[in-house]
Amino acid sequence: MTLLAIDWLLIIEKLVLIAIIVFASLGIALYTTFAERKVAAVLQDRPGPERAGPFGLFQPLADGLKLIMKEEIIPTSSNKALFIIGPGLAMTAALMTCAVIPWGSTVELFGRKMDLQIADINIGILYVFGVVSLGVYGIMIGGWASNNKFSLMAALRGASQAISYELAMGIALIALLMTTGSLSLKTIVDQQMQPGHLWNIAYQPLGFLLFFICAMAECNRTPFDLPEAENELNFGYHQEYSSMKLGFYLFAEYINMIMSSAIMASLYFGGYDIPFFNESILSPNIAALVGVAALLIKIIIFIFIFMWIRWTIPRFRYDQLMNLGWKSLIPLALLNMLVTGAWILYRG
Amino acid sequence: MEALTTRAKEVSRKPMSFAESLYIPNILKGMFITFGHMFKKQPTIRYPEQKREFSPVFRGLHVLNRDEQGRERCTACGLCAVACPAEAITMEAAERLEGEENLYREEKYAARYEINMLRCIFCGLCEEACPKDAIYLSETFAPANYSRKGFIYSKEDLVIPNPLTDPEGYAKAKGAPRAINN
Repeated sequence: MTLLAIDWLLIIEKLVLIAIIVFASLGIALYTTFAERKVAAVLQDRPGPERAGPFGLFQPLADGLKLIMKEEIIPTSSNKALFIIGPGLAMTAALMTCAVIPWGSTVELFGRKMDLQIADINIGILYVFGVVSLGVYGIMIGGWASNNKFSLMAALRGASQAISYELAMGIALIALLMTTGSLSLKTIVDQQMQPGHLWNIAYQPLGFLLFFICAMAECNRTPFDLPEAENELNFGYHQEYSSMKLGFYLFAEYINMIMSSAIMASLYFGGYDIPFFNESILSPNIAALVGVAALLIKIIIFIFIFMWIRWTIPRFRYDQLMNLGWKSLIPLALLNMLVTGAWILYRG
Repeated sequence: MEALTTRAKEVSRKPMSFAESLYIPNILKGMFITFGHMFKKQPTIRYPEQKREFSPVFRGLHVLNRDEQGRERCTACGLCAVACPAEAITMEAAERLEGEENLYREEKYAARYEINMLRCIFCGLCEEACPKDAIYLSETFAPANYSRKGFIYSKEDLVIPNPLTDPEGYAKAKGAPRAINN
């Protein structure tokens, strides 16, 4: 008699999926750094990196190699354990988000139906929120363990910014959840794929705008990159870091960007849904692959917009940041929630 | 107070209106400006492959010239050294001996002629002072060197290759042809 029936195939399937998604995210993040430099360059009338390999495509590899080869410095007055945990935590929190993102519909391989999602938990969005909040610990611990006042100030800024903007983000999301009635990302995407149902952006335009602004703040992207305001704080919370530990912090930022793009695409832009196209005429496997490609294209568009904004507008001052968060975004999000509630009641 | 430039504008300190405090219209305006820059021509010159053309009045490394028969023109009169504001030129004169008529154009020549490229400011006054057209500034520039000593250019570095025996070296030392002359 077996007390616990373990479906080994399921475990293997999920492990393979995890490996693919993690390495794909890392690879995309690697080339996002390259894209960032290229986008910055073309927006500023420069050619950007183009020496390493064809069109400079090996540049991110060279950057990574350089970071690995750098001398590893741990300041003597730092808290060594926390100093090492910090970047790891930032990276882990960034990567953990990808567990609940539905990357595609179902594929059939070797007679097994596989969901292209690591875990379809019914509280997916709540999980995302929890993990995103964990990301602040990476910044906070790193900044505090460095034993450097600039790092600490940057970490404090990062923490207070994340807390302020998470509120508006949450309220904006509640309005969305009121219309969808589910916390599972898969269900939300499937709803948007239903014929006759538009993408959620059509129902929640203000909610999306608020969510987008808050996501930018959560990713510490310009104009909300106060934790790494070079001209005020030297380098920000990772000032004492060198070598790959610094690389982890920088990399985590890009992974955060990809994950928030994926979440925005899933919540508001139909996830793996292809616009104006009925997927059911394709065979399920091909439809799933085309869906994954559609989601990736949506993610890339979002990443481009992130970069475009970064290289256009300067950073907010700290009081402007707090004013925007508490006095504009939260009231707007509350209003959005009230209007959505009234609309649901009226249609009820 | 008098304005320092004619382009000075007074900065408005008005508090932001509601539309401005939304930031979004102005952010969109800025974003369209940066987007437009994606399609602008890049002014970049990709250096080792492409080089910027020198200006027609460029003054580069000195050369000591020869005449058509390949004889050194310099007579070591010292006018260039006198004219040099940076005191970069040193020379020693010598008398031409029998049988050296094919080497030096006149009876006196420079046995030693040195220019310190670290002192030289490439003003071209030596070129102007020379009564024999013996020194002029070419269109190449002094390459980098590991020691200060390497920047003291002697006659071997300065005298242009013989146009009769080494026309290629002669053309190279003269530098790129000036666009204005062609």
